[in-house]
Order: sequence, then structure tokens, then C-alpha cells
Amino acid sequence: MTTARDRFDGDGAPVLEVEDLHTRFTTPRGVVRAVDGVSLSLAPGETLGLVGESGSGKSVLGRTLMGLIAGGPTTEVTGTVRIGGQAVHELTAKQRRRLWGPEIAMVFQDPMTSLNPVRRIGVHLTDPLRLHLGLGRREARERAAELLDRVGIPEPRRRLDQYPHELSGGMRQRVMIAVALSCDPSVLVADEPTTALDVTVQKQILDLLAGIAAERRMATILISHDLGAVEGRTDRVAVMYAGRIVEKAPTKDLFAAPHHPYAEALIGSVPALSAAPHTVLRAIDGTPPDMANPPDGCRFAPRCGRAEDRCRTEPPVLAETAIDRTVACHFPVDGPAAVPVQEAAR
Amino acid sequence: MRAVLRRLGQLVAVLALVSFGVFALVALLPGDPAAAILGPGRPPEEYAKLHAELGLDQPLVQRYLDWLGGALTGDLGSSTVPPYTDVLDRITAALPVSLELAVLGLGIGLLIAIPLALVSAYREGGLADRLISGGVFAVLSVPSFLMGLLLIMLLVDELGLLPRAQWVRLSESVSGNLSHAILPAIVIALPEAALFTRVLRNDLVRTLREDFVLAAKAKGMPPARVLVTEALRPSSFSLVTVLGIALGTLIGSTVIVESLFSLPGMGSLVVTAASQGDFPIVQGATLVIAALYVVINTGIDAVYGYLDPRTRRVAL
Amino acid sequence: MLLSDPRAVRGTLLTRRALALRGAAMALAGVVLLALGLSGLLVAVVNPVLVIAGLVLLYAGSDRLIWAARRRRTDLLLGLAAGWLVLLAAAALLAPVLPLGEHEDVASTILEPTYLPPFQYLDHPLGTNGYGLDMLARVIYGARASLTISLMAVSIGLVVGGAVGVVAGYYRRRVDGVIGILTNALLAVPPLILLIVLATVLDPKVRNMAIALSLLTIPTMVRLARANTIAYSQREFVLAARALGATRLRVMARELVPNVVPPMLSMAVVVISSLIVAEASLSFLGLGIQPPQPTWGNMILEAEAGDTMTQHPSILLVPGVVLFLTVFSFNLLGERAQQRWDPRGAKL
Repeated sequence: MTTARDRFDGDGAPVLEVEDLHTRFTTPRGVVRAVDGVSLSLAPGETLGLVGESGSGKSVLGRTLMGLIAGGPTTEVTGTVRIGGQAVHELTAKQRRRLWGPEIAMVFQDPMTSLNPVRRIGVHLTDPLRLHLGLGRREARERAAELLDRVGIPEPRRRLDQYPHELSGGMRQRVMIAVALSCDPSVLVADEPTTALDVTVQKQILDLLAGIAAERRMATILISHDLGAVEGRTDRVAVMYAGRIVEKAPTKDLFAAPHHPYAEALIGSVPALSAAPHTVLRAIDGTPPDMANPPDGCRFAPRCGRAEDRCRTEPPVLAETAIDRTVACHFPVDGPAAVPVQEAAR
Repeated sequence: MRAVLRRLGQLVAVLALVSFGVFALVALLPGDPAAAILGPGRPPEEYAKLHAELGLDQPLVQRYLDWLGGALTGDLGSSTVPPYTDVLDRITAALPVSLELAVLGLGIGLLIAIPLALVSAYREGGLADRLISGGVFAVLSVPSFLMGLLLIMLLVDELGLLPRAQWVRLSESVSGNLSHAILPAIVIALPEAALFTRVLRNDLVRTLREDFVLAAKAKGMPPARVLVTEALRPSSFSLVTVLGIALGTLIGSTVIVESLFSLPGMGSLVVTAASQGDFPIVQGATLVIAALYVVINTGIDAVYGYLDPRTRRVAL
Repeated sequence: MLLSDPRAVRGTLLTRRALALRGAAMALAGVVLLALGLSGLLVAVVNPVLVIAGLVLLYAGSDRLIWAARRRRTDLLLGLAAGWLVLLAAAALLAPVLPLGEHEDVASTILEPTYLPPFQYLDHPLGTNGYGLDMLARVIYGARASLTISLMAVSIGLVVGGAVGVVAGYYRRRVDGVIGILTNALLAVPPLILLIVLATVLDPKVRNMAIALSLLTIPTMVRLARANTIAYSQREFVLAARALGATRLRVMARELVPNVVPPMLSMAVVVISSLIVAEASLSFLGLGIQPPQPTWGNMILEAEAGDTMTQHPSILLVPGVVLFLTVFSFNLLGERAQQRWDPRGAKL
């Protein structure tokens, strides 16, 4: 079975392409525009960090990318998502399901609730192996044990027959990663993979993910609200606010000099170990907007210290400010507004 | 182990209370059983003699203990109505009939409920779900006897599909037995099926919202398969607990159905004895039924504790 | 795109006009099916299916029409149910002054026509039974009996069960233990069996039936009251009352009872319907109120004899439909009440 990676290997063409993606939900309160015009792309083996606060729409984006969230009675998805050239939302439900596992896979946030408590670890792994790869029972079990070993679980064969509650949180998350890897996807979406874990375990898991991604040349989207998780482990970062991407840049550049006021505030709000004692924590005033009734103009304007009238009436579009950097702001930090040459796609 | 002993202790206490309660109720009745048996207008010595024979001149507690002693050795007394058969014999003849009906009814009920619940939960809020949930609600609002009569009207009188009364013992003819048992069993099954469908559907819907279901779907597993392998087992626990409640309705339905179809089970036994004032039978039968009910309920509790692997003691 | 269409009626993807059209179509289809089913043109087995399908469509259609008209979702079913119950209660209450036919004096109806079909004679709108008694009158007096018995039983259950439950929940330990065993003993006897045993012993009068039925509700009420009492007595306002010197009785009465009552009331509504069914079942078995005094149960019993059902289906259907509508309405009311006041208890 050819994977996206095979098809695009050496080509340099993106393994994931998103164009003007919108996800809208009808709720009793009105239409919620959870993802409101997102475009990005991912090259094979690249790791993209997707950062934003709770409610920014990053989880919805992750799931829409996979196709887990798709058009339905109360959901509307417009725009295109291409994985390995296939337009995910134009496929039938059945065709989409075939992608999940072999082409794209997801690691979920809470390992405690993402594993079925009444089923053994082994079947969590063998299910997709037998479904997608057609392995027989014994082969699947062998492969499952190998996978557990790869993610660093000691005594893998014994673990196969255990129940989730018999494993620690960190180990459960490793199992989740093993499950995601089982069919060798070309894209991995990790949705806050460490949020539910202890700090010491977090580093191990993130290192594991990075190692596997490098080893298999697997493109990864690391979704997190934790900037520390993202810095140093991603190639590029996209900052999301209120359903829109407000800045995209290579990681080093972003952390060195953010252009969007929100990105700047986010980075500035992280307490530094090296700061003097009693340094006041810098929080961002205000709260995210109600996604059923977003404000006109720039969505960050109500909380932005640099906002002017133009910001409140005219929504900014993503525009290039430097090679490989785009920002959606009328008055970015570090210089005048970029000339919006075109709607940048990278 | 201690939990088991405590359970058993509670069981015994409850049974003793129930049997004493029934005994007391019956004994405190106005009217003279001796007069009822012998008829009026006899010389007083005859009544007195019968009183002594029946032990009616003893204090209440003494009478209860006598009866209890007899009961524990298998002697539940005799019917006070001709042909004065032994109570235990009557019960052993009637019990298999009721048990067969109950088991058949329960089985059919589950057979109907599980697929309906799965279909309902699969597309929560969809047309099938709304129709099924509405249907369930309506069925739960129809009393068993009414349902039975309606079905009889339809299937027996109009279409002549199934026989109405009589009973053929299993030991005599399996096909004969089944053809007589099927309609009563269906009448019993319908309210049970409605109850199970509702409970199972609600639990499935709840389970389907769990993260691990989404995670399973994200592995590419087809939705029908996810429904069965991921959701059904965790949801079946509530079904097991509901079995306890369903049991009560089950016994009630069985009584009604036996009366409706003139079947010689425990229900008919109790009803006929009640209308005739045949207290030994009412007493003995009630005790047997209550005992079964309590024992089965306790059993269900125990099974529940075993089924959920999270409650089993595991060495980490 | 439809989702963002401002003309869309809240909660649907349709515009007002589309919704109304759909509703009208469904209602019309429903009426057609209903008429077909009731006309008796087709084979007997198909008729109930047609009638049911017709009713469902008619309901769904009317619901959509009202939704389109009011631009909001209204609970049509609840309205209908409440309406039915009000009508029933009013009829039951006013029965003696209403111009009804004879409902139980068999002697006075010797010369009346028997087994008249319903909906044909002004004198007897729902027909007559085998003794010439008027069915409409019997149904209404039956409602009187059923409702009286059920309401009395549930009131006793509320008061007694509530009191015992609050005491058990507040005092805990030994008191609670004893009450627990008594409650379990009562629950150990399957409900109908308990009723039958009691019916053996008691005279089948209204008062006795109410007492017997209340025994069915008391354990559930005790449990509910107890659980809620335990939950509330751990809250601060109870401690505060005690700290201010309130006696235990005062605390129970003033602080706990008002909080325990709402979920009990919603349970009471749910329970009423099962009481009505229980009373009807008992009457059906011949152990309840005795004929010719009418109660829905013994009216249905009349239909069981011989081939009365096939020859005169109205004998079964008139009380049957009324019984069903009443039980259905109480169930619905109870469920809605629980959704509002006791969502945890509504789980099952």
C-alpha cells in the first residue's frame, strides 16, 4: 500500500495541504465558527506546532484536518484538506476511514479516557493492524509487541494482556502513541499529548514523539497551549486565536521575535526560571471572544494594547513580513504593516 | 468473604421478616377459618376441636414458629380448600410453568431490546432513534393485561395464529408447549424489552460520548463495529443492574399473563388462592416467590461486582 | 449557505416556509392514514398499523406547523398530555353534576339497549356495555375511582415515606439500619404479589386500596428522601442552623424538608402512573373494586369473557384507550418534571 510519503518522497511536495478551511457548528446559541479560514501546509517529516489558548479552535482544527469532524446535520466544513493529494472532505465516510491509521493518525489528550477500560491493551493495537494491514492474529500480536517496545514500554508481551487501569498515565500515553503509529501514517496529529501528564513524564513523551517522527520521516502537528512543549521540538509554529491563524513562522524566529501582539503576549507570559523572585506574572487581559458572535475586525483587538480604529473594523489577513513568516495584523510588533502582496499559503 | 456473609445475613433477615409479615397479616384477619372449613351451624365442640388441630388457639408468635419449623423441613401445610392438596406439591407443580414463561419472556425481551438499542444509539437523535424511543415510551404506558388482550384480539381471534388457553407440559410435547407458551411469553417480553431498550440506549449514548470511542473511530474502525466492540460491553453493566428492577415487573407480568391465558403457574396459584381465602397456599407461594426474588437480586449484585474488571482486585 | 441563513428557524436548517409546508404535508398524510385505518376498509391486522402511523404523522406535522408559526420549539406532546389530564380530572370531579347515563345501577338499565357501538347515539356517546350501562359514564366514574385511589396512595407515600426517609437520612447509623432492613423487606416482595396478598386480607374498598397501593410507593419515597437528606445535611446551611441552636426536629423540618420535596414531587408524578396501572391490574384480576362499580380494570375484565372482544371490541377499546392515554400522560409529565427538578433520578 503506497503511503503519501512514498508518493511525494524526494518531491518535496507537501504531505498535508489546507486551503481556506472553515468549520461551523449550528448550536442553540447560533452558528459557532470554530475554524474560520485557516490555510497551512506541511512537508514530509516536518513538525508544526499549533499554539493557542483553550477555545481558540486548535482541537477542532486538528480533528477537521483528519476528517473526524466533517459535514453533517449540525456541522459545515468548507475549504480543502489534502492528505497525500487526496481531498479528505470530498471522500465518502468509508473512504475517509481508510485514511485513519495508514495515512494520518491522532494521539489524543487524555490517555486515561482514550483507552477502553474494559478491553485489554493488546486489542487496542491489534484492531487497526488487522483491519488496515490485514494481519492475522498471531502476526498482529507480534507487531503489537514490537510497537510497545518501540515506544519504550518494558515487558511488552505482558502488557498486551493487561487492562488500561493497570498502567500508569505515562505508559498509557505511550500505548496511545503506539496505536497511532501502528499503521505507519505519514501525518501524526498530537492533540495536547502531554497536558494530562506529570511534568517529568511530559518531557519523555515529547522526546519520544520527536524521535519517532525523525526516524520515520513522519510529518507531525503538535497541538498545545504550552509554549515550552513547542519550543525546541518543532520546525515551525502557527499561532491560533479565535479560529484564525494569526502568525506563522519558523520556531526559532517566532520565539526570538514575535510579530503578532498576541504571540508576543503569549511568549511574554511564560514565567522564566531565571527571572528575579517576585516578578509579576504577565497575563493577557480579557477573555477570548464568543465564537457564536465574534467581533468585527480583528478578533484580538479588544485585548490588544496596540489596537486602533482600523483594527476594530477591518479584519487583518495573513501577509508575509519576511521569508517564511506571515502575520495577520495591521500593526505588527517590529515595524510597519507588511505589504499584503498576496494571501500567503506558507 | 465477609461481604458475602453479610449479604447472606441480610437475606435471611429479609426472608424472615417477609414470611412473618405475611403470616401476621393473614392471621390477624377477622373471621374464623374453622367456620369457613366446617360451615356454620355445627356444635361448638367441633369448632374447638378444629381450632386445636389447626393450632389456632396458640399465640401468634408460637404459630409462626411452628409454621416456620414446618416450612424449613419442607412442610408448608395443606390447602384449606378441597381437594386439600399439599401446599408444597402445588407449588412444585406450578413453579416450572412460571419459570419457563419468565425465562422465555426475558430472553425474547433481550433479543428484541439489544438490536433496537444499538440502532437507536447509532444515530442518536435520528429518525430511528426518535421512533424507537417513542415506541418504547408508548409500550411502557400500556399495562400488561391490556397489551395481552390486544395481542389476543389481533393474533388469536382475528388471525387465528396461536392457541389461546391451556398449557402443554414440556415433558409431554416440546412443540405443543412452545406453541402455547409463545404468545404469553411475548406479552411478558414486550414491557421488559421496552425497559431494556431504554436503559441500554441511554447507556450506549453515554458511552459513545467517551473519549475512547472517538479514539477507536480515529483508528478507522467502521462505526457498526465500534458500536458493538467498544460500546456494548461497558454499557451492559447498567443492563445487569436493571435486571434487578426488571425482575419485579417480570413477576408481575407473569401473574397477569397466567391469569389472562389460564396457565397453571405460580401467579394463577396465588390469585386463585387469594380469591378463595386459601391462606396456606398464599403464604407458602408468597414465601417461595419472595425468596427467589431476593436470592436472584443478590446474585445480580454479585455478578455486577465481578463483571467490571476495574472492581476486581488487581496487583499493579 | 443554509447554516448561516438568517431566515432559518432556530434549531433547524429550514426556513419558516419550508418548515410549515413540511408540517402541513405530514399532517395531511397523517389524517389520510388515520381515516384509512379507522374506516375498516382494509384487512384487520393492517388497521392498527395505519392508525398508529397516521397519528404519529399527524402529531409530527402539527408540531412542525406550530414550530413554524411560533418560531420556537414548543412541547406539543406535553401540552396535549396536560390537556388530557385536566379534562379527565375535571370530568371526574364534576361527574355527579354532569348529564351522564347510568354507570352502575344494573337494575335501572334492564330495558336499555346492550352493546351499543360508540360514536353513534347521542344518548350513549361511547356506547353501552352488556348490562346496558353507559360507557361514557362508566369511564368517567372509573376515572374518579382510579384517580382518587392513586392520589390518596401517592399522598400517603409522600408523607410517610418522606418523613421516614428524612429521619433515616438525618440520624443515620442504627435508625437508618433498621429502616433500611424494613424497606428492603417491603421491596423483597414483588409489587403485584404484595397487592394480591393484601387484597386477600382487606375489603376491596377505595380506602383500603389506597392504603395497599401506598405501600408500593413508600420504599421508593423513603430511599429518595433519605438520599437527598444525606446529600443536603452535609451542606453548610444545616450546620449553620444547628450552630444557631436549632433542635434536630427543627432542622429536619425547616432546612431539609423543603429541599427534599421537589425531587420527591417529580417522583410522585412518575409513580402515579404505575399506581394507576397497579390498581387496574388488581381490578382486572378480580381482586380490586368489584363490579358493577366501574374502574378501568374491571371494565376491561368484562371484555375478556368469551368472545366479547371480537363481537364488541369497543368494550375493550373504550376503557383501554382511556387507560393508555392517562398512563401515557402521567408518564410524560413525570419525565418532564424529573428533567427539571431531579435530573439524576431521571437517569433510569
